[in-house]
Amino acid sequence: MNVRVPLDLRAADSASERSVLRERGQREVFCGLTSIVWLHRKIRDAFFLVVGSRTCAHLIQSAAGVMIFAEPRFATAILTERDLAGAADVNEELDRVVARLLERRPEIKLLFLVGSCPSEVIKIDLARAARRLSDANAPRVRVVAYSGSGLETTFTQGEDACLAALAPSLPEENPADGPSLLVAGSLADIVEDQFARLFAALGAPRVRFFPARGAEDVPPVGPNTRVLLAQPFLGETARALEARGAQRISAPFPLGAEGTTAWLRAAADAFGVAPSRFDAATSEARARAEVALARHRAILAGKRVFFFPDSQLEIPLARFLAQEMGMIPTEVGTPYLNRQLVAEDLALLPVGTRLSEGQDVDRQLDRCRADRPDLTVCGLGLANPLEAEGLATKWSIELLFAPTQGYEQAGDLAELFVRPLARLAALEV
Amino acid sequence: MDLTLWTYEGPPHVGAMRVVTGMRGVHLVLHAPQGDTYADLLFTMIERRGERPPVTYTTFAARDLGSDTAEVFQAAVREAYERFRPEAIVVGASCTAELLQDDPGGLARALALPVPVIPLELSAYRRKENWGAAETFYRIARALGRPKRQRVASARPRCNLLGPTALGFRHRDDVIEIARLLEGLGVEIATTAPLGASAEDVSRLGEADFNVVLYPEVALPTAQWLEKAYGQPYTRTVPIGVGATRAFVAEVAGLAGLEPDRAQREGGSRLPWWSRSVDSTYLTGKRVFIFGDATHALAAARAARDEFGFKVVGIGTYSREFAREIREAAAALDAEALICDDYLEVEAKVAALGPELVLGTQMERHVAKRLGIPCAVISAPVHVQDFPARYSPQMGFEGANVLFDSWVHPLMMGLEEHLLTMFRDDPEFHDGALPSHLGRKPEAPAVVVAEPLAVAGASGPASWTADAERELKKIPFFVRGRARSNTETFARQRGLATISVSTLYEAKAHFGR
Repeated sequence: MNVRVPLDLRAADSASERSVLRERGQREVFCGLTSIVWLHRKIRDAFFLVVGSRTCAHLIQSAAGVMIFAEPRFATAILTERDLAGAADVNEELDRVVARLLERRPEIKLLFLVGSCPSEVIKIDLARAARRLSDANAPRVRVVAYSGSGLETTFTQGEDACLAALAPSLPEENPADGPSLLVAGSLADIVEDQFARLFAALGAPRVRFFPARGAEDVPPVGPNTRVLLAQPFLGETARALEARGAQRISAPFPLGAEGTTAWLRAAADAFGVAPSRFDAATSEARARAEVALARHRAILAGKRVFFFPDSQLEIPLARFLAQEMGMIPTEVGTPYLNRQLVAEDLALLPVGTRLSEGQDVDRQLDRCRADRPDLTVCGLGLANPLEAEGLATKWSIELLFAPTQGYEQAGDLAELFVRPLARLAALEV
Repeated sequence: MDLTLWTYEGPPHVGAMRVVTGMRGVHLVLHAPQGDTYADLLFTMIERRGERPPVTYTTFAARDLGSDTAEVFQAAVREAYERFRPEAIVVGASCTAELLQDDPGGLARALALPVPVIPLELSAYRRKENWGAAETFYRIARALGRPKRQRVASARPRCNLLGPTALGFRHRDDVIEIARLLEGLGVEIATTAPLGASAEDVSRLGEADFNVVLYPEVALPTAQWLEKAYGQPYTRTVPIGVGATRAFVAEVAGLAGLEPDRAQREGGSRLPWWSRSVDSTYLTGKRVFIFGDATHALAAARAARDEFGFKVVGIGTYSREFAREIREAAAALDAEALICDDYLEVEAKVAALGPELVLGTQMERHVAKRLGIPCAVISAPVHVQDFPARYSPQMGFEGANVLFDSWVHPLMMGLEEHLLTMFRDDPEFHDGALPSHLGRKPEAPAVVVAEPLAVAGASGPASWTADAERELKKIPFFVRGRARSNTETFARQRGLATISVSTLYEAKAHFGR
């Protein structure tokens, strides 16, 4: 096959002195609707209603797997020909569907109307519908709209759009309460609880998490709020919180022992925590993480890894694998590169790592085959075909669903990358 | 707007993908936004394919909306042709692109590629996956079909196998089984399509004498067109179950002008003997509920009644195209018919009918699990475990063996569970008992929990005596619920305040089975 030399390698970028290959073509990625699958489990009294087509329903069903049978709190209002032809008033139809839904699920306190490609192309004004339905169902249910369409969002950007839509309605912080820390980005409950204990040990003032687990504990925000992002894909959310006066703390993301330490330290520094207290609060867990990582380093060190774009976690993950596990990233692809948010992780990537933003999947596959990496991180649409070509793969969506952040998960995170290599070595057939 | 949680079928462009992914050398270019590539993983994960589906998506984004999407589409078609060099290109639009003003067929033809370009109109807001597959196969067959050639007089009778696709429930093994059966009869397989066929193969569909329609949901429009265009008759019987396979053999023999011998007519299935053996007596009259695509549901109903001795209490399908056939079958079986694609409605029907076995799709498997009823899968949609490594057709005589094992297996499990529950209070089987071969007595005696005595209420529902409760527990768990409600109804009708052991048996005699 004809391997094309990338022609649009740009001149060194002055901000980070790194060039980025920007590509446009077929993208083998999920749309933002997929983030509903984990968001609905995090926000326990919320329901996600997608306004879209049968394709949207089929996508969520395929992504949610067996979870769909456990009374999940999401569904699709499928547009039909009547809605398109104007035979039915779309707003009346939506009101009818929402009324039926809320009747069936009285425990719902927050309803998201999630925009899709079809609803955006035919220009259904979901923001207005959300205001109308909020008024009609107050005070029991609040209705918020955001877009999870493939036209606007890639995979985890759905969470960004969701949280950014919530940010303006967060309660105003009481100035008398003094400084506070807001950790933004959904984390597994067990990870969130670990971080809460660590922040308490550091003596960080009033720590809240966003999104909150339920409507009762929605965090307030204001000029005294310092925001620490737990996930790298929250550009819009960060902007929306900054619009409320909050200030972002720059930090690498809390993956691995080093990443977690640097992340916690950035917060500690922002609140003037003494270094001795920081060490006292973190040293034990940090040592545990080091022990857990050492086991896996022997297998991963020196191995070459290639990242296809998926979640925007690629740069922090590549940083972890390179800095802490001694792997060599050949290409790190990301669907969208927010230089500001990943600046710290980016700076720690080895010189010579090829960075790409966006995708032309066939050309990227050509580069991957030419690199012949030891491990390729990619989506489920590419994983088995690459395995069949003899390339070991790690399917990337698991990196979103499994708890990976923090000290206690550092070993588990490394193991996710070790397992495919160990399996390849173990199989004799 | 339809409020939907689970959908039995995907959108029609997924049907188009199933057709081209089954074929060789045909490439599909879908005008679709970013994210629609999710459908690739159905093929790479559920069917476990080792190559990407031959599908290129334009993946247009918000910034492309406007006049640009047409250029994006043309660039995608051109690059797909350059890279993959297919024998034919199929072009279509997913739901979102259907709303744009671009015309995939016209745009692709304007590129003047040196291979046939086949446009699809998929009506994403009205139609679904199976329709999309049927339409795509029909359009490809029509576009590529060649004038009929003169048949060599001495050659064996030839037929095409129509309908198997990628992501079809057991299509891989059904094709092997039916091809073997036909070859045994002396019939030559000209082309199997779409599964495994190239564009060149499809162009020669007209050279066969007749067609075998394996899956009407996918193959019927093509078979009807081939009948009109080339005068090829097609089979009406779907060979699932022993009786249907025998009828199929007779039908094929008639179309081929062959006289099958006795062994060919009767086939070598073990199902008839397995079903007659005394171990199967307890299957008699078991109440079964059937749901799936129309083809598999109809075939299952026939086999359930005639070959397993079950009583079909309900039959339904999500294939609205075949509603009439399902209603007729239900009337003939004296069973309830259900035509719907809302799984909550299916769940309600299962709960209301209270069957002892459910034959359905992945969804009915979950419904049955929730209701505690044994279940076997007979139709798509299915999960990864129903694309097995082992040979497991549904069709033909070996398929009937597979049906027997897979339908009876969950019931055997049920019987086992019943036996274990029944012996729970037996001295050798109680919770504290150690396996006898370990030869050591448990240190503490098993705790005996006294059952609360039922208090007779003056006006409330009849209460059970302790003896009657104990007796009830000896009834197999899968009919215990019905026994309890029947007995309570019986007691209510007679104004009895207390249900004793004899009330239980009087009710049993009254209601019978």
